[in-house]
Amino acid sequence: MLSGTTAPVSGPRAERTARRGRTHRWAARWSPYAYLAPFFVFFAAFGLFPLLYTGWASLHRVELTAPTDMEWVGLRNYSRLLTDEFFWNALRNTVTIGLMSTVPQLLMALGIAHLLHHRLRGSTFFRVVALTPYATSVAAATLVFVLLFGRDFGLVNWALGLAGADPVDWQNGRWTSQFAVSTIVIWRWTGYNALIYLAALQAVPGELYESAALDGASRWRQFAHVTVPSLRPTILFTCVVSTIGATQLFGEPLLFNGSAGATGGSDHQFQTLGLYLYEQGWVNLHLGRASAIAWAMFLILLLAGAVVALAGAYRRRTG
Amino acid sequence: MRALFRGFRGRALLVAAVVALTAAPAAGCGPGGGDPAGRTVLTVGLFGSFGYEEAGLYDAYTRLHPDVVIKQTSIQRNENYYPQLLTHLVSDSGLADVQAVEAINIAEVTATQADRLEDLGRAPGVRRADFLPWKWRQATTRDGRTVGLGTDIGPQAVCYRKDLFARAGLPTDRDAVGRLWAGDWRRYLGTGKRYRDRAPAGTSFVDSASGVLSAITGGSARRYYDEDGTVVYKSNPAVREAWDIAAAFATEGLTARLQQFTPSWDQAYANGTFATVSCPAWMLGYIEDKAGPAAEDVWDVAAAPRPANWGGSFLVVPKSGRHRAEAARLAAWLTAPAQQARLFERRGSFPSASAAHALPAVAGARHPYFGDAPIGRIFTRAARGVPVTILGPKDLVIAQNLADVGMLQVDQRGRRPEDGWDAAVRTIDNALDL
Repeated sequence: MLSGTTAPVSGPRAERTARRGRTHRWAARWSPYAYLAPFFVFFAAFGLFPLLYTGWASLHRVELTAPTDMEWVGLRNYSRLLTDEFFWNALRNTVTIGLMSTVPQLLMALGIAHLLHHRLRGSTFFRVVALTPYATSVAAATLVFVLLFGRDFGLVNWALGLAGADPVDWQNGRWTSQFAVSTIVIWRWTGYNALIYLAALQAVPGELYESAALDGASRWRQFAHVTVPSLRPTILFTCVVSTIGATQLFGEPLLFNGSAGATGGSDHQFQTLGLYLYEQGWVNLHLGRASAIAWAMFLILLLAGAVVALAGAYRRRTG
Repeated sequence: MRALFRGFRGRALLVAAVVALTAAPAAGCGPGGGDPAGRTVLTVGLFGSFGYEEAGLYDAYTRLHPDVVIKQTSIQRNENYYPQLLTHLVSDSGLADVQAVEAINIAEVTATQADRLEDLGRAPGVRRADFLPWKWRQATTRDGRTVGLGTDIGPQAVCYRKDLFARAGLPTDRDAVGRLWAGDWRRYLGTGKRYRDRAPAGTSFVDSASGVLSAITGGSARRYYDEDGTVVYKSNPAVREAWDIAAAFATEGLTARLQQFTPSWDQAYANGTFATVSCPAWMLGYIEDKAGPAAEDVWDVAAAPRPANWGGSFLVVPKSGRHRAEAARLAAWLTAPAQQARLFERRGSFPSASAAHALPAVAGARHPYFGDAPIGRIFTRAARGVPVTILGPKDLVIAQNLADVGMLQVDQRGRRPEDGWDAAVRTIDNALDL
């Protein structure tokens, strides 16, 4: 910030200087907002407005066949969620698939980052490989996984057969289908998270490792006592991002159904909240009910965030 | 990033980016006027593969009307196409000049979107007498406006593999095969049991229980709704009977436990793991694609136990289009008997224009891939016996959940038929509740 350049001089010249100074100060003060304005304009149009409008729609009975005919129903779309077996089923599935995909994914990412960080032959090659799944489209990847996990002619069952095991009907079991969907998520996101960890690792001073090595710490102890503590903020970041991603999981379970609709399997065994929202809004055409599910998902995320924040505060106070 | 927006060039770039972002969608959605040569551009929005382009109908039309250019967009599955069509209709934007509507959605479109669609019943070149009366009525509102013109209908046959039938000791001649189950779906079940007892290893009699369910329900006049528009599928004996027969295929172990129109179904065609499938006329092309050249002359077509209809489509013209008169003229021409006959000849979509049924291109049609089966004769006879099904706005939701939730549980998860039925009913109740 440039200011305070005005000397105690009088006369028209000083007046002009003062005015220029004021203009300058005004510009310096407000120009950052002007630079940010495009983002806020777009955010208001494509982020905030839909968010608020969805909230408004969730208080109405409104159908996709006539979105302007809105009938006020108050909180009924929310209260019915409490007794909606399909909503709770979807919530359970979202949590279990979220855990089954996020936990191994982040652990593996951490391990891969640790390996890539140390000198490895062809590390650039491995870094590119790690990012390839992330660059693949969900649709293409999932279609391949559908074939891999096929019951009759799938590669996974073929391999199981070689090992002497019976074929598995991946899609129809609750756990097998959720495992398969989680595999797709893990495959897509592990490399991405590994590169984030790798970036953070490279900011860790090498002396820490050197001194740890001098003290006779093994690779594993270096990982546990140097790597993990230095990465704590990054780990928190990836946890938050993965949790949001897991809550909104949609494309993988939709396409894992072999493009046979949004039911998430005949028993809704892998129907996530995102998929149930889609089914209510665009198959059953109930936009009001779908909006309520969207807001419920948002509130669940806020709730999870609040729990984490409280736990952190509690630990800081007691620890 | 900061460097990008610093200085004049940065600002110019930013302005350009904003302009591009806001202008590009507008340009993309803008109503197409004319092309540089001043011709009228008509857009046609379809799902699946209608085959208009492949059958050369667009070329023929633009030869008749050199001032017109036709552009087609297509979305593969109706499940994705239909919500998009509804969204475009209610927001009056992004619509093509001519749009297709699947038969299972036509009742909802006619009941809720008629105000946004042209009355094609009065369009020049449209002759009501050309069409099957029930097809015409399905797209006609209570106050007598016909908002959709029928393209094709889906009279059903049973497609079967001659090689598997021979190895199971069953007849292979299409008339003899038809006689095995003529008149009753239970005789089809009985044939399935005969097949099972001598089935070639690794094969099943039929692809899926859900396919049997769709085929049987397509043969009753009253299905999910009654004449007053009340949902009656739960108490309708015809639906329960169809359910019981289809479920028996699953519990007797006669199915390959597949789900139709999924990758595993396609693979099963290529690998030849089931011997029969209920096939509406429009499915012949699909089977040919998936079973491939290796199965040429292996598949054949026999008459279904009872006449039934599955699917078929309509063309509608949205009122928001810029070239409504030209669009209506195109829709009328595409659905006229001569063009429907040509489409059947080239693509196997069976005409909804009854005036086309007697044309030699239809009546005498044979399908080379299916052992030169006289598909014209088979499907014309089936179409004649099809009852006029009462349609309702939520037919799709009911049919889909009966098949993909209830019957699929019985078939693939080994649930008891009663449990599968209850699961389907719970899902449908939840879906129909506003």
